[in-house]
Amino acid sequence: MKIGYYPGCALHGSSDDYEESLRACLKTLDVQLQEIDEWICCGATAAHSLNQKLSIALPARNLALAERGGFGEMLAPCPMCSMQLIKAQKALAGNEGLRREMSRIVELEVRGTTRVLNLIQVFEQIGLDRLKAALKSPLKSLSAACYYGCLLTRPPDVVEFDDCEQPRSMEAILTALGAKTVDWSYRTECCGGGMTMASEETVLDLSHKILSNAAAHGANCLVVACPMCHVNLDMKQPDIEHRYGVRHGMVIYYLSDVVGMALGLPESALGINRHFVGKA
Amino acid sequence: MNIANPLPQACTTVSVVETLAHTHLYDCYQCGKCTAGCPMAAQMDITPNRLIRLLQLGREGEALDAQSIWQCVSCQTCATRCPKSVNCAGIMDALRQLSLEEGRVSPAQQRVMLFQKAFLDNIRRNGRLDEIELIVQFKLAGFMHDRRFSLLFQDAMLAPELNKRKKLHLRGKKVRDRAVLRRIFARSMDHS
Repeated sequence: MKIGYYPGCALHGSSDDYEESLRACLKTLDVQLQEIDEWICCGATAAHSLNQKLSIALPARNLALAERGGFGEMLAPCPMCSMQLIKAQKALAGNEGLRREMSRIVELEVRGTTRVLNLIQVFEQIGLDRLKAALKSPLKSLSAACYYGCLLTRPPDVVEFDDCEQPRSMEAILTALGAKTVDWSYRTECCGGGMTMASEETVLDLSHKILSNAAAHGANCLVVACPMCHVNLDMKQPDIEHRYGVRHGMVIYYLSDVVGMALGLPESALGINRHFVGKA
Repeated sequence: MNIANPLPQACTTVSVVETLAHTHLYDCYQCGKCTAGCPMAAQMDITPNRLIRLLQLGREGEALDAQSIWQCVSCQTCATRCPKSVNCAGIMDALRQLSLEEGRVSPAQQRVMLFQKAFLDNIRRNGRLDEIELIVQFKLAGFMHDRRFSLLFQDAMLAPELNKRKKLHLRGKKVRDRAVLRRIFARSMDHS
């Protein structure tokens, strides 16, 4: 299987442990990722907060680049990126005038024909049966709290993925690989997203609640599929512990970390040794 | 509705917000579900349902001056749960855009706006985010604004920790054609 790959800024920045992890994991499953040439930032919260036209234009250019590369499907492992890309795609599909306007603005004809996938969807395409067949070391020691955060499932009419209140797609993958998953209340609550720098206390507060709830429901790790969630829950966890005078010690895995471990990859090949919070 | 069309000249704030957010403000019947699910509501000066009510009543100035539009974390919970499909998260975006354009960002929330501006400016120049440049630019802008040293030193201890984990990238891979970014930004900012 060969698909287009839109890393987004985070995976080429301080969240490149996520890229290391998913590349190693997908390589083992014979998925070849081909990076979209000349991709640009999706604009993220900054664009949709400050300029609505720009928040369509930036993803539209990336969609056009993906089409130029001939990709029918493209993995965007950051939910912010994938949501922005799909939102632009849907806006263009419903409005020929806008599509032409955006083609002019971004200097490339954009049609919106490349299907944008999040990481969970790529594993679903590979199939649980194939994952089970490739299973080398079942995740018996994990009691995982699957954490979806905001943009994997919201807005539901944009991303059209899983159930926006009670998602189960990550649990299905983890269960197939021998892990236990816990039922908990904060699976789709927000970690503070891109506020890490602009409003640190917001992130510390929201992420503290998430970590506390996961622990209260018996989780010994959290599994995420978003670079921002990982930053706020892993990198900021020492700050959270300091601010609230608690010890969480909660390991935060990317989804590709746990799949990779189940496939027998060592933690170092998945970049897990580069996380802030290590195993107790 | 076409977001690429110029905004009508003599339109009210309500219709501009509706156009930008692709939604109907008067569909809201004030059930309060948006606010009930909002993770930031407890800290807000004006909660999401009250912002919409202010717009319905023509008191848009109070909405544009609110701190809450910059406290919003864009989690999309409000819009997802609205029984009347009012795009509340989109209304927050529209209010932020207008608040910035009209130069009336709440003084207490300048920092969030400065961060978003620094982020976009970074993309305009580099095509992809240059994290270190963003941090420097945001901290300087924040310091110039409030002359407080706390922001300058926030996360100062993080750099060696990131470096230890090979997460500190001094030079990101840049886009080759960066001139096109400036043109895309110019065309998107142009309302005519």
